[in-house]
Amino acid sequence: MTPRTATTAPADLSAPTSPPAEPPTWTGQPVRRVEDPAILRGWGTFVGDVAARDATCLYAAFVRSPVAAGRIRSITAPPGVRLITATDLAGVRPIAPELKRPDYVRVEMPVLATDVVRFVGEPVALVLAESAALAEDALDSVAVDIEPTPAVLDAAAAVRPDSPLVHDAAFPGDPNTTVDARLTTPGFDAALQSAATVVELEVSCGRQSAMPMEARASHAAVDRGTGRVTLHTATQMPHVVRTGICDCLDLDEDLFRVVAPDVGGAFGAKMSLAREDVALVFLARRLRRNIAWIETREENFLAAWHSREQRYQLTAAFTEDGVLTALGADIVADVGAYSCYPVTFGVEPLMAFAELPGPYTIAEYSVRSRAVLSNKCPIAPYRGVSRPVQTLATERIMDVAARRLGLDPVTIRQRNLVATFPHTTPTGLVLDQASHQEALVEAARQVDLPGFRERQAAARAEGRWLGIGFSCFAERTGYGTPAFAARSMAITPGYERVNMSMDPSGGVVLRIGASPHGQGLRTSLAQLVADKLGLRPEEIRVVHGDTDATPYGWGSFGSRAMVIAGGASSRAADTLRQRLIDIAADQLECAPEDVDLREGQATVRGTGIGRPIKQLARLAHHNSHLLPAGELPSLEVSATYDPGGTFSNACHVAEVEVDELTGAVQITRFLVVEDAGLLVNPAIVDGQVHGGVVQGIANALYEELLYDDRGILVTTSLMDYLPPTLAETPDIEIIHLASVSDATLTGAKGVGEGGTIGAPAAVLNAVSDALSPLGIELTHLPATPSRVRTAIRTAQARLSSEGALR
Amino acid sequence: MKPSSFDYVRPNTLQEALELLADGTEDSKVISGGQSLVPMMNFRLARPARLVDIGRLSELEVIRTVDDRVHVGARVRHVQLQNTPLGGPLGSLLRRSAALVGHLPIRTRGTFGGSLAHSDAASEWCLLTRLLDAEITVRSIRGERVIPAAEFFVSVFTTAMEPDELLTSVALPVLPDDHRTGIAEFARRAGDFAIVAVLGDVTVSDGTVTAARIAIGGVDDKPFRSAAAEKALLGGTFGLDLLQSAAEAAADEVDPPSDAHGDAVYRRDLVRALLPRALAAGAAA
Repeated sequence: MTPRTATTAPADLSAPTSPPAEPPTWTGQPVRRVEDPAILRGWGTFVGDVAARDATCLYAAFVRSPVAAGRIRSITAPPGVRLITATDLAGVRPIAPELKRPDYVRVEMPVLATDVVRFVGEPVALVLAESAALAEDALDSVAVDIEPTPAVLDAAAAVRPDSPLVHDAAFPGDPNTTVDARLTTPGFDAALQSAATVVELEVSCGRQSAMPMEARASHAAVDRGTGRVTLHTATQMPHVVRTGICDCLDLDEDLFRVVAPDVGGAFGAKMSLAREDVALVFLARRLRRNIAWIETREENFLAAWHSREQRYQLTAAFTEDGVLTALGADIVADVGAYSCYPVTFGVEPLMAFAELPGPYTIAEYSVRSRAVLSNKCPIAPYRGVSRPVQTLATERIMDVAARRLGLDPVTIRQRNLVATFPHTTPTGLVLDQASHQEALVEAARQVDLPGFRERQAAARAEGRWLGIGFSCFAERTGYGTPAFAARSMAITPGYERVNMSMDPSGGVVLRIGASPHGQGLRTSLAQLVADKLGLRPEEIRVVHGDTDATPYGWGSFGSRAMVIAGGASSRAADTLRQRLIDIAADQLECAPEDVDLREGQATVRGTGIGRPIKQLARLAHHNSHLLPAGELPSLEVSATYDPGGTFSNACHVAEVEVDELTGAVQITRFLVVEDAGLLVNPAIVDGQVHGGVVQGIANALYEELLYDDRGILVTTSLMDYLPPTLAETPDIEIIHLASVSDATLTGAKGVGEGGTIGAPAAVLNAVSDALSPLGIELTHLPATPSRVRTAIRTAQARLSSEGALR
Repeated sequence: MKPSSFDYVRPNTLQEALELLADGTEDSKVISGGQSLVPMMNFRLARPARLVDIGRLSELEVIRTVDDRVHVGARVRHVQLQNTPLGGPLGSLLRRSAALVGHLPIRTRGTFGGSLAHSDAASEWCLLTRLLDAEITVRSIRGERVIPAAEFFVSVFTTAMEPDELLTSVALPVLPDDHRTGIAEFARRAGDFAIVAVLGDVTVSDGTVTAARIAIGGVDDKPFRSAAAEKALLGGTFGLDLLQSAAEAAADEVDPPSDAHGDAVYRRDLVRALLPRALAAGAAA
């Protein structure tokens, strides 16, 4: 099937909120986000607002370990300070997520460190005070005495037999190795031996923080009458937080409510159970007091999950024509000191294991992928999970091989990208209908590669260093229970469920288990449902984030909500639509097949006869005796959707200019040709791409969490950890393709992570292209100015000494 | 992210402010624009027992030119200097330097004198005063004294001021038109503190450099004047070649620190890159 090509114009901000006439469908329209007016006016309700409105709540501040590894000797505070240590939490179960795999080593994360500390920033105690400032004062007065022990700070050293152990556990394989997945296809060795050329490359990525604008925040409130606790918390998965905390506290879930109010960004960093939250709920119940905890930015850097740190040793076999026949990879992910609940520290190595071949027709694959513990902050998902590094691996391989074989970067990719669907990868994933080839070709056409080469040559003659980099990838999105079950997760996410009801006035409430936190899902779902029910999007109100008000669901992560919650909403709307049609047909005395729902009316097709939908709603509630036989009163439906998953795809292109003397990289052009299937709201999709690309550029050039040689995090403020600002952000051009895939119910594919996945490789390929006369291939993220400059300095020294030898 | 508790006073007159600073209160700290002090207090890196807010002392907000000196009041905000109508090589250097100070909201509140009293070795104003051998006037109830920039900056966050002294104004020399001034700095992002910054002031007569001053930030714990670069420039024919050899001399001379943003070797490279750029506008070969 040929993908349709459409270029979106930039959103017209002066356009009225609702077009005067209704479009043929609301789906596909850049409808303005219903979420924005309140947020932009400061009328949102974040956890900090909930705490600020509670005059009686106590504030918690966590005492955190100043050393990477050690044994706690004592924790003391002066009289009058309300100090809580692990002893006070006796009976609370540790957080211990599990994979049911033979190579998985289960490690437990106590809510507060008991006798051993395992990373700088680990909570060892907490203090309670009447205000946040007094809690910080109390924190200052706490004395922590820890006897340091040898720390494990480097994954390569951690697996050696003489390494200290981060956890006192039995490791079936190498020391500190908690996941060790292996696979080799039968023809791998033969393919390697018959290769015309073999590219060997090591790529790696530093630690990155997802750095949501709102750090973590929670407020636990007790209903004194019932003892029931409500936790407002900045989370992506309120139902899972409830389950996790109830498991730790041995509590029935109906005694506990979790609410995710407005959440100020998350990007994966708010989809793991926080030990701080467990402590808060336990203490609120025990003390019968409301307790708030508003994390500081410094704490967020220290302890609120890191991501990305991994290293890939790669071997890639190519034919003379540039066909990649076999790919070998030894992947080590430094996962820090504990496992995150519920997805575990297998999330990065296992995703790399399964998805490294990406969009390429690689027949033979050999992989070993490990999670290795260290005395650093634990790893959790961050937008893209390991795919930015996977894509760096395959895309750097493509460019290195192209240079070696005398091919251009477009041709070598054309010879390897999947073109026929469905395509089964060496690890058994099925790529559904997509546009890998078409996206690349369109991107190359847009940037005029031959024209760029001319400009590049002219610039080089003036001593300026321009480069271009391509990056192609497949983005697995919207995967349901089967995909998670393949990882053998003890807690297996996947499905989404919705409840939909129409009230007597004809308004629709859609209750979802997904938990949007900035994505505009309330708007997009309303568009989908409005089309099914013949209503306007503003007549559909989406309720989310409250375990008391929504069906059990897994929340928003993994580019899944539009696909899965959207599919469930679409199904529910189909059922409700049919009920409205049946009622209308009975009223209008016609066949149901002849009734259409449009512009608020149920009409008999081809006639002017009809009934307002509002009238049908009132009838169903208030005159249910008039309903057709067998029709239940009121209008409530539920639906569930649990797809196998789908792959979005994109080709990113970066053009850069490198400052030879400072090593600074300026991105002069950034193009995204992406295919997420049906676009429900193209303005929202563009926003996802823009935000993702900026975080990808951050990964490529700016952001890195750095530990010193004692395991102390040195990047604990925004003076040292550097998210790019608008001043560092290029204009991002977007072209949409729209493959029609039957892998999802609505035709929409997920689009949340592609920007972060593709951008780092595009930028590093562009910088390497710029510096190719010096023979430089950059392979580490981020390529900071000092690293780029070091590469240039080293290469120039090598070239001049070689010149001297000649 | 909450400061430890502190007292706060806001005097109405300079005399009142000086009396407060001399009243024997321990750990009293002057606050002007608060753009460095407040973040440090929130991080609890600074824990003053009392803040003396000089925000009402409007007599410190004036820029006056008297003879061959421009007197910049301590409370002149960065943005005032960014928009100064002052002509000549000094006006140009002030505008270009001010534009590199933080972001617009910081420039709107932060003050010239506050930046000097804070004494960050990479700050544009510390470097500029050191470059131009400015004279810094400080007052206390004991009287007034003038401290040359060369003696004012002692180390990171440390100046030659006594605890009871208040920085009131800074005298900068008016620069005749045969001066060429410039600034170049390298920061990871717009508005960040420079990893390395270079400011230059050279006097060129018939193509020959007759006087030269070069100040470098980010290579020492206080603003650094590069004697080696100045020596290399003096008597030379002004142009890119001369600037590059001065840059080499400066890079050899400095002994920079290493940190997360760059090691000593990288900072030397930046000195090499930036010194010519600071003055290159007038140096087209």
